[in-house]
Amino acid sequence: MTDATADELIVDKGTPPLWGFTVPMSAAMGGFFGFLAGNTADNGLMGFVIGLIYGAVAGFVLMSFVPNRTAGRLGLIVLTAVVGFVLGTWGGAVAGIIVGAVVSWWIYWIGRGDYRSGVPIYATAGQTLWHNTYLFICGFIFFFLIAPIITIIPLSFNAENFFTFTPEMLALDPDGYSLKHYRDFFSNSDWQSAMWNSLKIAPVATILAVGFGTLAAIGLSQPHVPFRRAIMAVLISPMIVPLIISAAGMYFFYSRAGLQGTYLGVVLAHAALGIPFVIITVTATLVGFDRSLTRASANLGADPVTTFLRIQMPLILPGVISGGLFAFITSFDEVVVVLFVGSAQQKTLPWQMFIGLREQISPTILAVATILVAISIALLTTVELLRRRSERLRGLSPS
Amino acid sequence: MSDATQNGPMLAADGRPLKASLRRALRRQKMRALMLIAPLLIFILITFIAPIADMLFRSVENNIVSDTLPRTVEALDDWEYASGETPGEPVFDAMFVDLFIAAERKEHTRLGSRLNYQETGISSLFRQTGRDVEDMAEVYEDQFDALNEIWRDGAFWAELMGDPDWFAEAQGAEDAGPRFRINDEMEDRLPRTAEAYRVFARFTQNEDEDNPASERPWPLVHAMLYADLTDGAAIDAYTGFGAEELTAAKEAVPGFEAPTYREAFLEVDEDWASVEMWGTIKAYSGEFTSGYFLNAVDRELTPHGIETLPSDQSVYLKLFWRTIWMSLTITFMTILLGYPVAYLLANLPMRKSSLLMILVLLPFWTSLLVRTSAWKVLLQQQGVINDILVWAGILSDSGRLVMINNQLGTIIAMTHILLPFMILPLYSVMATIPPSFVRASKSLGATNWTTFWRVYFPQSVPGIGAGSILVFILAIGYYITPALVGGTDGIFISNRIAYHISSSLNWGLAAALGSILLAAVLVLYWAYDRIVGIDNVKLG
Repeated sequence: MTDATADELIVDKGTPPLWGFTVPMSAAMGGFFGFLAGNTADNGLMGFVIGLIYGAVAGFVLMSFVPNRTAGRLGLIVLTAVVGFVLGTWGGAVAGIIVGAVVSWWIYWIGRGDYRSGVPIYATAGQTLWHNTYLFICGFIFFFLIAPIITIIPLSFNAENFFTFTPEMLALDPDGYSLKHYRDFFSNSDWQSAMWNSLKIAPVATILAVGFGTLAAIGLSQPHVPFRRAIMAVLISPMIVPLIISAAGMYFFYSRAGLQGTYLGVVLAHAALGIPFVIITVTATLVGFDRSLTRASANLGADPVTTFLRIQMPLILPGVISGGLFAFITSFDEVVVVLFVGSAQQKTLPWQMFIGLREQISPTILAVATILVAISIALLTTVELLRRRSERLRGLSPS
Repeated sequence: MSDATQNGPMLAADGRPLKASLRRALRRQKMRALMLIAPLLIFILITFIAPIADMLFRSVENNIVSDTLPRTVEALDDWEYASGETPGEPVFDAMFVDLFIAAERKEHTRLGSRLNYQETGISSLFRQTGRDVEDMAEVYEDQFDALNEIWRDGAFWAELMGDPDWFAEAQGAEDAGPRFRINDEMEDRLPRTAEAYRVFARFTQNEDEDNPASERPWPLVHAMLYADLTDGAAIDAYTGFGAEELTAAKEAVPGFEAPTYREAFLEVDEDWASVEMWGTIKAYSGEFTSGYFLNAVDRELTPHGIETLPSDQSVYLKLFWRTIWMSLTITFMTILLGYPVAYLLANLPMRKSSLLMILVLLPFWTSLLVRTSAWKVLLQQQGVINDILVWAGILSDSGRLVMINNQLGTIIAMTHILLPFMILPLYSVMATIPPSFVRASKSLGATNWTTFWRVYFPQSVPGIGAGSILVFILAIGYYITPALVGGTDGIFISNRIAYHISSSLNWGLAAALGSILLAAVLVLYWAYDRIVGIDNVKLG
């Protein structure tokens, strides 16, 4: 519903009937949570009935007496949290806050007719239902995408060597949480040497990939390049060929060349794997690059090197940096090739994680994973900002 | 206009014809572009394409048999497997020499394990015989020694067999001494002895770094001398160094106790009479073999031609098939989950969609191992999902679901990991579909469903195609995730390749499996290039 005209058409969403729609819907939502809560006390049916009453009463009261949405939601959250605290201390309070937030949002969303905001005024009930079901499905898919990554973050603060939430953690007992897995990561010599190896390999591989890749991308963006398609296919191939095949080939070939098990071998292999990303991002920035700028520069007396450094480079720099970040993360995350091309002296962080997951699975992995997620978020943000900057820069240049 | 008044072609400012001048400029431009690309192209060719080519070569390379047993391979030319008879004496004679040299070089076990892939038992046969072959030769050494003590003397042998100039230099030389040269006359008169001695001398110099002039030769040389002398070597006219000893030896050899090599081999192991074993050696004696590729598709190159392996041994076709159908399932799942999300992202206002896009990009940027370990934690029997289901009363504590170390685990984890690769191309295609088409369709009276199915969906098909090929290419080559969450029946062909490289050391088979996988991927890559164009690959 991107078009403005459709929004203008929605004059009045109208409120659905209180007793015919809002109260039953709130009761159903309450019943759902009641059933879950009841199950923990081994009495789902009882919980369901209590939940129904809770939802119905909340729906009636909020819709009839509390027109201010913020006040209403806050009130229900606090009330539910207090009930939760009485039933199950701090863990119960948190559960109460969640239930209160969801139920109060649901009541206003249903009661105020917000659920119709995505569909035109003339939509039938079936269409509205379908539209909202669709939105919920999308919500679940987003949840599927993000939940596994989010779940491991609290688990990494587990005080026990378990991979699941302990009762102490659920009760928000401070004793249930600790930094011991992080301490293990920073004190264990295996993990530390793996981290340093990763930090020694990735930047050098990145520099190689960015240096060669940027030059080649500039070459490829020239107007007349013979065999452009074939060259492009060769340069992109490290991204397409399955890693196990690259790893096998490199293992055989580098053994013959005496590079297997050396730092140089791993760096060269990782550089080759990172190059396609640099090529793709840099050629993308060069698409629509205004050639009259370089011609103007040459016309004003600059030599090609100056033109490149002062005119072209600043414009394509965002693309180069994000290509570099891609190359960096490729090397930093890479396991398969390093498993074969490297030896124990080149054991990288992902390699150590792989061993950890395979053999002696320890929660330290979750601490490492959390740190890596933080790094990914930082890299993602940087790339996103660079992309916007690049678009702005290119948007400014006359074309 | 002034140019037009001139006769002849149009000229540039420097007086050259304009056409030539332009062509030169174009050529220079092309050269400059190529010069910029060249460093990377060379880098990729050396670090990436050459290894792949090496792997392809390895999948057919088979010179180990002909390198290790050159004489046997030659002698076997006259023998036919179909005859059903054990090869004759010449083959055993050749095998004795080859095996003796291979045992000295410690190559026979390597060859044994290579042939063992084709027929079990050969490895132990070679190892056993490699130990005993020295004893077979010592029979002759001892008898020559008994005849005359001088046959024990390394210097005597060196003077006899070596070129006189070489011997003069080598005497008393440090370490390996000068490079060995054979006495040409001896090569004519005692060809086999000379050959054996040369192999010995080279080995002594190159491997042991000793001077052959002072080393006692291998018993093989004695055995060959016996063979030459009994064959009626032409030494009667020989008058040079050692003529007297040779003549005496020639007279004595008819009295030597000398079992044939065939008998000696059969005494070590009855298997040397096996026609199958000789047939296998012959079948794999070529420089190149299709054997690895046949193994990779559960066939075997046997002496009687290509045979299908019994079903309990055929694993690879099943594994290829499983890799394909699991990859297809994963691709289908990503379409199913990716399409609604991409549609939502493409049809929301920019501000909202870029916010939601972060939820797609974050998994894309997160380490593969982090995501795999997250699924390992979630899907375990004592893991978070089972705990929640038990807590919510949906499952009983004893009825916890097995969702990991099987195909389900691999499919769930890989669908999650590859989903962004489906959503991103779908989104970029859907973002270009003009909303006016949908509006036009609805205003002409189509229902929502008809509009979607007849107008919107066909325009989004290129996105589905691009995403599917990308996901499928990535999926069939996956190694890490199946290895960690796949257990035994959720693994892919990649895992088997890795196993053959690092555990079973059957590199040829690993290379053949890899080549087949590579061919499949390259076909898809080609299709992807035709449909989408590699230039249009977008990241983030």
